[in-house]
Amino acid sequence: MTNLGGNKMSRHKQIRIALNNCGVIDPENIREYIARDGYLALGKCLTEMKPDDIIREIKDSGLRGRGGGGFPAGLKWEIAAKNQADQKYVVCNADEGDPGAFMDRSILEGDPHAVIEAMAICGYSMGATKGLIYIRAEYPLAIKRLKIAIDQAREFGLLGKNIFKTDFEFDIELRYGAGAFVCGEETALIHSMEGLRGEPTIKPPYPAESGYLEKPTNVNNVETYANVPIILRKGANWFNKIGTEKSKGTKVFALAGKIKNVGLVEVPMGTTLREVIYEIGGGIENDKKFKAVQTGGPSGGCLTEKHLDTPIDFDNLVQAGSMMGSGGMIVMDEDNCMVSVAKFYLDFTVEESCGKCSPCRIGNKRLYELLDRITQGKGEMEDLKRLRNMSNVIKDTSLCGLGQTSPNPVLSTLDNFYDEYVAHVTDKKCPAGECKDLMTYFVIEENCVGCTACARVCPVGAITGEKKEVHYINPEICIKCGACEERCKFDAIIVK
Amino acid sequence: MDKIKLTIDNKQIEVEKGTTIYKAAKELGIYIPVLCYMNLEGLNIENKPGGCRICVVEVEGRNNLAPSCSTDVWEGMVVNTHSMRVINARRTVMEFILSDHPKDCLTCAKSGNCDLQDMAVKLGVREIPGQEYAEMSTYKIDFSPSIIRDLDKCIMCRRCEMMCNDFQTVGALSAFNRGFEAAVGPAFEMELEDSTCTYCGQCVAVCPTGALTEKDHTRDVINALSDPTKKVIVQTAPAVRAALGEEFGMEPGTLVTGKMVSALRRLGFDYVFDTDFAADLTIMEEGTELLDRLTKYLSGDKEVKLPILTSCCPAWVSFFEHYFPEMKDIPSTARSPQQMFGAIAKTYFADKISTKREDLVVVSIMPCLAKKYEAQRDEFKVDGNPDVDFSISTRELAHLIKEANLDLNTLPDEDFDKPLGESSGAGVIFGTTGGVIEAAVRTAYELHTGKKLEKLDFEQLRGFEAIRKATIDFDGTPINIGIAHGLGHARKLLDEIKAGKSEFHAIEIMACPGGCIGGGGQPLHHSDTSILKARAEAIYREDAGKPIRKSHENPYIIKLYEEFLGKPMSEKSHHLLHTAYFDKSKKIEMS
Repeated sequence: MTNLGGNKMSRHKQIRIALNNCGVIDPENIREYIARDGYLALGKCLTEMKPDDIIREIKDSGLRGRGGGGFPAGLKWEIAAKNQADQKYVVCNADEGDPGAFMDRSILEGDPHAVIEAMAICGYSMGATKGLIYIRAEYPLAIKRLKIAIDQAREFGLLGKNIFKTDFEFDIELRYGAGAFVCGEETALIHSMEGLRGEPTIKPPYPAESGYLEKPTNVNNVETYANVPIILRKGANWFNKIGTEKSKGTKVFALAGKIKNVGLVEVPMGTTLREVIYEIGGGIENDKKFKAVQTGGPSGGCLTEKHLDTPIDFDNLVQAGSMMGSGGMIVMDEDNCMVSVAKFYLDFTVEESCGKCSPCRIGNKRLYELLDRITQGKGEMEDLKRLRNMSNVIKDTSLCGLGQTSPNPVLSTLDNFYDEYVAHVTDKKCPAGECKDLMTYFVIEENCVGCTACARVCPVGAITGEKKEVHYINPEICIKCGACEERCKFDAIIVK
Repeated sequence: MDKIKLTIDNKQIEVEKGTTIYKAAKELGIYIPVLCYMNLEGLNIENKPGGCRICVVEVEGRNNLAPSCSTDVWEGMVVNTHSMRVINARRTVMEFILSDHPKDCLTCAKSGNCDLQDMAVKLGVREIPGQEYAEMSTYKIDFSPSIIRDLDKCIMCRRCEMMCNDFQTVGALSAFNRGFEAAVGPAFEMELEDSTCTYCGQCVAVCPTGALTEKDHTRDVINALSDPTKKVIVQTAPAVRAALGEEFGMEPGTLVTGKMVSALRRLGFDYVFDTDFAADLTIMEEGTELLDRLTKYLSGDKEVKLPILTSCCPAWVSFFEHYFPEMKDIPSTARSPQQMFGAIAKTYFADKISTKREDLVVVSIMPCLAKKYEAQRDEFKVDGNPDVDFSISTRELAHLIKEANLDLNTLPDEDFDKPLGESSGAGVIFGTTGGVIEAAVRTAYELHTGKKLEKLDFEQLRGFEAIRKATIDFDGTPINIGIAHGLGHARKLLDEIKAGKSEFHAIEIMACPGGCIGGGGQPLHHSDTSILKARAEAIYREDAGKPIRKSHENPYIIKLYEEFLGKPMSEKSHHLLHTAYFDKSKKIEMS
C-alpha cells in the first residue's frame, strides 16, 4: 500500500484532492473507483458537455500544471484543441525524477483510473483519440496497476470505441522511459517516445502545435490529470475557492529530510512552510534547529527561517528564490552544510544533463568542481564570485528547464548562507561539521584514559599511545572515518 | 507572406514571418557570432540544434537570453545583440567550451582553419579560469582508413550528425552518453570502420574543430619522394584544380591547373598526370556499358538491368553495398577514375618506363576522403601491392606545397606529362554534380547515333538542385536521365528503382553536395554555398576552354586502346578497369 506518511502524519490542514482515493480504494478494482464517483466526470463530459465547455471549466478552475512549470492547464488544452490535425495525442508525463519525490508514483499506484479518466476527458476536449503514458521503467508496480486499470477500463467500455455510447473513441498505451531526469522535460519526453535520443528541443514549436510525431500533443503530469475528474464533478467554482489568488487547489509534497514525519502531504495552496514542517511534519528530527528547506528538487532553492511563513504557491516560491517544482520538500537542520547541499544537487544535475547545450553540459560540471574544492578547503574568495557568475550564465543561456534551474541550489545558498561559504573559504572550516576534509579529530587529554580502544579500531593506524597514557591522532594519516569517536566510551575524541 | 517588424540594436527592420533573429540581424549587417549553427543556403542543409549557446542575444521581455539561430522573430521584438549581459554570457560559455577542449593547437590538423579557435579569438578569451583542476572528457581516438575521430575535441555542435543522418541518411553518427560524457559517434561506441560509414567525409567537411580530420598521408608521400629507388607519379582529380587556390588566398573558383602541375613537379614527382585522363577512360567503359544495356533493352531483352548507375564515387559505392546490396548488379561495373588510373599506371605505363610494379608509387590528389578507403580495398591490389599507393586530399596537398616553401600564386603554369596527362573537357566536368552523366552523354550519343553532337553543353543536366531529371533525344530514342547529389537524395531514387517505379535509363550519383567540388577533402567551405558554386563554374570554364571536349576523341585514350586494351569492355579492360561489389549489410545482434 502506498506510503501516505504513516500513522503519525497529521491530517490536520491537509485536503485530499489528487490523493483523494489513494489508500482508500483497491486500485486494481475499477468498481471501487466507480463507487467513489469514478468516470462520472467522463460520462458527464461526453453526454452533457461540449469540448469548449470542458476547456472553459478547466480554465475557470485555475488548475496549473503540477509538473514544475505551473502553466495553466486549461490554456494548454485550448491551444492543442485549436490546432487542427488528422491525429492528436494526449500524453501523461509520469517520468517523475526528482530525488526523493514519489507523488506521481503514489497516485498511479493508488488511483490509476483518475489519470485514465482525465486523459480521456482531455482527449475529448482537444479532439484526440490516442493517449500515451510515459512512465519510468523503475516504477514496476505503477506500470502493473496502470495495465490492469487500462484493461478494466476497456472491458467496461470506458476506453476504446463508442465510450458511453457516444461516437467518442479513446485508448491509452504505455511508453517506458529509462529513468533519465531530462525526459521529464516535455520535448525530451516526446523525442524519447519517438525512439529518439531524449534531448529537449527549442520551443516554439510547443507540443500543443507540433508534438509527438509532429502532431498537436497535450502533455500534463500525473498530478495535474489527477485533479481533473474531481474538478469536473464538483465544478470549477468549488476548486478555485481552494488556494491562493493565482494558484488554485492543492499540492502534493514529498516531505523528507530531517523531519519527524516523512511522507506525502497534500495541502491547499497558500499553506505556509511552517505549517507543513511543524504542524504536519511534526518539526525537526531530534528537536534540532531548523536550518533550511529545499523545495522544487534539484531545480529549486534552499529557503530559510525567514521564509517559513511564506504561503506556498507557484509565484511566492519563485519570488523567494526557489520554485514549486514537482513537489519535493527536503528539510535540513543545523548539521547540514549548505555548500554540501548545493554540491549534492549539482552532482545530480551533472549526472542528469543530456549534454546537448554547452552551459549545462560543461558549466554544471565546473560548478560542481568548484563547490567540491570549497568543501575541501581549497576555495578562494574569488571563487565565490565565479560561482555566482557561472550560475547566472548557466541559467541565462541553457536550452531547457534543467539547465535554466540547475544553479538555483547554488544561488539560493549563496544568497542565504553566504557566511557558511566564507567560513569554508577563509577559515577552512565547515560550521555544520559535515565536510570531512575540513575536520580534524582530536583527543581531549583530560578525558583519555588510555584504554587503546581507539587505536585498535583505527583502520589506518593513525592513533598511537601507550596503555593507560594519553593517545594521539596523527592528522596526516587520519582518514576521518569517525570510527574512533564512535568507539571511545569516555568522550575523549572530538571533531572540529 | 506575413511581415514582422522588429528592432535589433536600435535599428528597425521588417522581415518575413518565420525568420530567425540571426537571419534578421544578418540582413541588417549585424554579425552575431555562431558556432554550432551552420547553413548551406540553396542546398537545404541547415544545422541549428541551439546547442552551443554562443549566439545568444537579449530580447526585451524575455527572462533568459535567446539563441538567435533558432528563435523566430515576433512583431515588435526588441533585440540587443551585444549588451554587456550578452557579452559576459558568450565569453563565459566559450570558457566552458574551451575548458573541456584540448589545448594542442600547435599540432592540431585544424589549427588556423578552426571555427573554435576563431571564436576564441573573437570573444577575447585570454584565460580559462579553473583550468588547472577542470576535468576533461576523454575518449579513445578512432582511426579508420579515411577519417580520424578525436572526440576529446568534440564540442557537440552536431553538424556531423546532421550531415550523416539528415543529408546522407547514412546514420553512422549519433550522440551517445549523456551530460559531460556526451559526444557523437557510431552506436554502441563502435569504431567507424565497423559502422555503416561510407567515408564520404562530409562530417569532416563541417566539423568546426579538430575532432574529425582526414587520415593524413603526407608523411608517406614525403617518404616516397625521398626514396631514390622509387618512381613516384601523381594523378590529380578534376575538382582539385578548382579549389586548391583557396588555400593560397585566391578567390573561390580560381582555376590553378597549371600552377598545381608546376608545384607537383617541384615537389619532385617524376611524372605529373591527370585523373581526368582516367575519367575519359571511365566514359569509354561506362558509356559502352550503358549503350550495351540500352541496345539490349531496346531490342526487347527483359533481363537487362536498367537504369545503369554511375560508380565513380566510392562513398556512393559503399552506401549501396551497405544499404542496397540486393541491387549491387545495377551500378556500372566500371571502376572509379582513381582506380582506373592506378591499374593502367602500374601496367601499361610501368611497362613504358620499364619500371617494376613495386618500384612505382602512385599518389592521387583527391577532393575526397573516401578515395583513401577505396585505394586500400582488396580488389584494387595485386599481390598486396595497391594500384594507388596513397591518396591525399586537396588540403593535404596544400600543406605539402606550403611546407616546401612554394607559393602557388607566383608559380608558372605548366602542362601535365604525357601520356596519362592528356584529357578532354568531358573528363574535367567529372568534378561537379551532373558532369559524369554529361560526359557519358557526349560520347554515348555519338557512338549510338553515329552523328556529331552540335551542342556539347547540356544545361539541363547542370545546376545544384538536389535531384534533377532530363530527357535527352538520342536521335529519336528518348533517354531519361536522373542526377542526385547527396546520398539522402540518392536513396530516394534507389527506393524508386526498388519499387519498380524508376523512369530512368541512367542515373548519376555523387555523395557530396555539389559533387566532388564539395568533397570531404576540399578546402573548408565554412558553410558558404557560394564557394561550391564558384568551383562548379570553374570546372565548366575549364571544359569550355579545352580543345577536345569528348572522351572518345582523346588521342591518348584512342592510343591506349590501340596499344594495350583492345576495345572497351574487352577482356583486358574487364580485368583492369572493372570491379565487383559486395554485400556489406549486417545486422547487429543484441544479446
